[in-house]
Amino acid sequence: MRVGVITFPGTLDDRDAARAVNLGGAEAVSLWHADADLKAVDAVILPGGFSYGDYLRCGAISRFAPVMKLVIEAAGKGMPVLGICNGFQVLCESHLLPGALTRNSDLHFLCRDQEIEIINSETAWTSSYKKGEKIVIPLKNGEGSFQCDDNTLAMLEGEGRVIARYVGENPNGSRNLIAGITNERGNVVGLMPHPEHAIDELTGPTAQGLGFFTSILNAMVK
Amino acid sequence: MALDTVALAQTTPDTQQPFSELGLKPDEYARIKEILGRRPTSSELAMYSVMWSEHCSYKSSKVHLKQFGDKAPKSDALLVGIGENAGVVDVGQGYAVTFKIESHNHPSFVEPYQGAATGVGGIVRDILTMGARPIAVMDPLRFGPADAADTRRVLPGIVAGVGGYGNCLGLPNIGGEVVFDETYIGNPLVNALCVGVMKHSDIKLAKAAGAGNLVVLYGAKTGGDGIGGVSVLASETFGAGGSTKRPSVQVGDPFVEKVLIECSLEIFAEDLVVGIQDLGGAGLSCATSELASGGSGGMKVALDKVPLRDPSLSPEEILMSESQERMCAIVEPNKIERFLEICKKWDVTVTVIGEVTDGDRLEITWNGEVIVNVPPRTVAHEGPVYNRPLAQPAYIDEVNSKTVDVPMPTSDSEIKAAVLTLAAAPNLADKSWVTSQYDKYVQGNTIQSQPDDSGMVRLDESTHLGVAISTDANANWSYLNPYQGAKLALAEAARNIATAGARPLAVTNCLNFGSPEDPGVMWQFAESVRGLADGCLEMGLPVTGGNVSFYNQTGAVAILPTPVIGVLGVIQDVRTRTPMSFTESGLELYLLGETKEDLAGSEWAFLHGQRVGQSPTADLAQEMRLIELLLEGNSFFAAAHDLSQGGLSAGLTEMVLRHKVGASISLVNPAIDLLSETPGRVIVAVNSADSVKLQELATKFEIALAKLGVTGGDSLTINNVRISLTELSTAHTSTFPRLFG
Repeated sequence: MRVGVITFPGTLDDRDAARAVNLGGAEAVSLWHADADLKAVDAVILPGGFSYGDYLRCGAISRFAPVMKLVIEAAGKGMPVLGICNGFQVLCESHLLPGALTRNSDLHFLCRDQEIEIINSETAWTSSYKKGEKIVIPLKNGEGSFQCDDNTLAMLEGEGRVIARYVGENPNGSRNLIAGITNERGNVVGLMPHPEHAIDELTGPTAQGLGFFTSILNAMVK
Repeated sequence: MALDTVALAQTTPDTQQPFSELGLKPDEYARIKEILGRRPTSSELAMYSVMWSEHCSYKSSKVHLKQFGDKAPKSDALLVGIGENAGVVDVGQGYAVTFKIESHNHPSFVEPYQGAATGVGGIVRDILTMGARPIAVMDPLRFGPADAADTRRVLPGIVAGVGGYGNCLGLPNIGGEVVFDETYIGNPLVNALCVGVMKHSDIKLAKAAGAGNLVVLYGAKTGGDGIGGVSVLASETFGAGGSTKRPSVQVGDPFVEKVLIECSLEIFAEDLVVGIQDLGGAGLSCATSELASGGSGGMKVALDKVPLRDPSLSPEEILMSESQERMCAIVEPNKIERFLEICKKWDVTVTVIGEVTDGDRLEITWNGEVIVNVPPRTVAHEGPVYNRPLAQPAYIDEVNSKTVDVPMPTSDSEIKAAVLTLAAAPNLADKSWVTSQYDKYVQGNTIQSQPDDSGMVRLDESTHLGVAISTDANANWSYLNPYQGAKLALAEAARNIATAGARPLAVTNCLNFGSPEDPGVMWQFAESVRGLADGCLEMGLPVTGGNVSFYNQTGAVAILPTPVIGVLGVIQDVRTRTPMSFTESGLELYLLGETKEDLAGSEWAFLHGQRVGQSPTADLAQEMRLIELLLEGNSFFAAAHDLSQGGLSAGLTEMVLRHKVGASISLVNPAIDLLSETPGRVIVAVNSADSVKLQELATKFEIALAKLGVTGGDSLTINNVRISLTELSTAHTSTFPRLFG
């Protein structure tokens, strides 16, 4: 199966995401922001970084990239899409996911090993985990505080669309400790921490992030 | 006002020129006139003034830095040496690694965020210019007292700037230093190191060869930032109606640099450039004169073609502008089309501004009129050289004749208090407040980063080849004895590489000093260079490049002599590295190296306000034997950690807190054993089954070996003194949040 990894100008974790996809057992396919071509991929990852420098709101410009039009269409038809960090921000700006990511509550960029709890293990990207499983993966961002209005929050919680929560002290001021959410259908997932940086113990704090990249194989087999 | 052209300069020899406002001495100005056979135009004056500045010309340091070449050890590893943008070393398997460290001290004091950010940006472009993909950065930082009001202004801004720029470039920050001393108030040191990797065949040089080849400027447009002193000249030329004075600190745009990196690497991969130079200090003046000087011919540049952010800039200002994120390439005409295509793909502004000629002059025109016509070597490489007076400062004999007289802990409670005090001391406390603002994971190849002894990155995922880098300085020792201080810093950096199992290979340096016009400072500098050159020769490590930062001085008070030494090493398989700490109980802990009564320049003496006595004497033969021991022991060591500032007390604290596994230690003479900072010592942890092998290694390499104790438990216990890990951790981790929020 082929998983596209999009590179916007300013994307940083694209090669890391591709490495994780390949290690997870799928084939990573490089996608360029300016090409209106998904190269027949079965799923898409929007990796982390600072697309276009993120000088406006994070992700606000990327959503208009030619490739995003196709991603939005494909997501609507059920294609699995994972946005990590900046990718999560792009998915929110694209209205594939609700809410917004704002400046960390202490106003500093924060890079640390973060424990999260998998809340929903039934999405295309989390099925390799058990509900309630706790994993440690890197968190690294300046604007990772998940915010939304009360109705949206109630909806996300009520429909089981929070897929992961921070464990322990709130690292960035996110509402309800939300680290990741999904859409109604469960094919689009946005996640603030970085599973692609936790695929082996040599370069990451753990190998516990790999589950996101093996989950996608299960999704395809179904 | 009229444009000052070469033709005009020839007919108006007596025009008064503001050379002294631009920092040129009367004899330097006279020499320019002699070189040109006429007065310089204002553009030429601007170019010479900035290229002959201390920062660009190394005029006070050159006569000393020569030693790095004269005393260079024989090395097969050195592919490109001093003089290019950065040195390049062969690390095997066809890979070449380039690394360099530079200062951005003064701008970071004026505007901490942008000063630090553009410091990172500049060194990254130096590495990129060699043809390499930048793969990691490190930042040794020094500040005034941790509790000083100005430190609270400067430190958070500098840290945010280092992070803001490096994070946005996607470069893992894998180490550095944070050190406080009152002499750095008003003179914070921001040193930035970058390392990059390439294949041997991809090395690029700064030279403009081949008449008819095109001079191409690409990257950001040119604006009025970083013009600094040259605004004097602009206002002279254009009067009050001209452009207004702009800040002399450059403003960085890391997004543009990230795109510039990817664009340049694509251009390099297709072999589209003959030579390349980044635009850093002195901007186009530097890039054009260095490229022309490095090549065989001359160069013609049409300055009016340079794309501008601010159309009101004068030619002099365009030549001086230090706008960031720009590169200048020499491209063969038949490759220019593809070059332009790649720039278009990345939305990078690109302009052909001139061509290489077969003459020997650098000629710059403005709307067809010649405003610069100079022999490029006289600008770039043949600036003034000073053999400044130097004299051993009076303080040396005074401080060397005294001995450290500080209270030494004797009772159990005093020992406990001493360990906790050191754990919490700003120079030794946990630096996560700083390092958590840096992305250490990006690129997915980081094997070690702060607080490990060295930073380590993997170069090749299939063969597991990697490099390790450490930067070190001990300014207290350099103050007491600059010759020994430099050698000791070199030894420490090399040791920090070897504890992980990497073999030291090459050296870079960033020499931070006060004013070279002070003979005492000049002596400190000369002694430091002599010490480093001698040390490198003895250890067989070539110096690949470096940077000198003078004038780190407020009034008569100079900073401590601070030669920051970076050592790069190679590890064949990063999976086999020895970590700095242990995760298991029941391991045996040993100390390699002898502990003497070395309190002079120690953190314990510093905490008691004393900077007196004799620094230790570097025993590099012993250091080299220790390194060989560490490399051989790498196959069975469970952990190895260098001892430096804070001695055994700090070393044990860092080890037990790393994975929250305690240790029980027996010491015969706890006060000295814990607080002395005798160099050449390492703590190692081994399985008890391996202790015989360790014993054999110690005998083989003639290194003193003493058993310290065993790992395990939830405390650091020294003889009868029990310090719980919770207590120790609280002391260690609360200092920075308390000081900086």
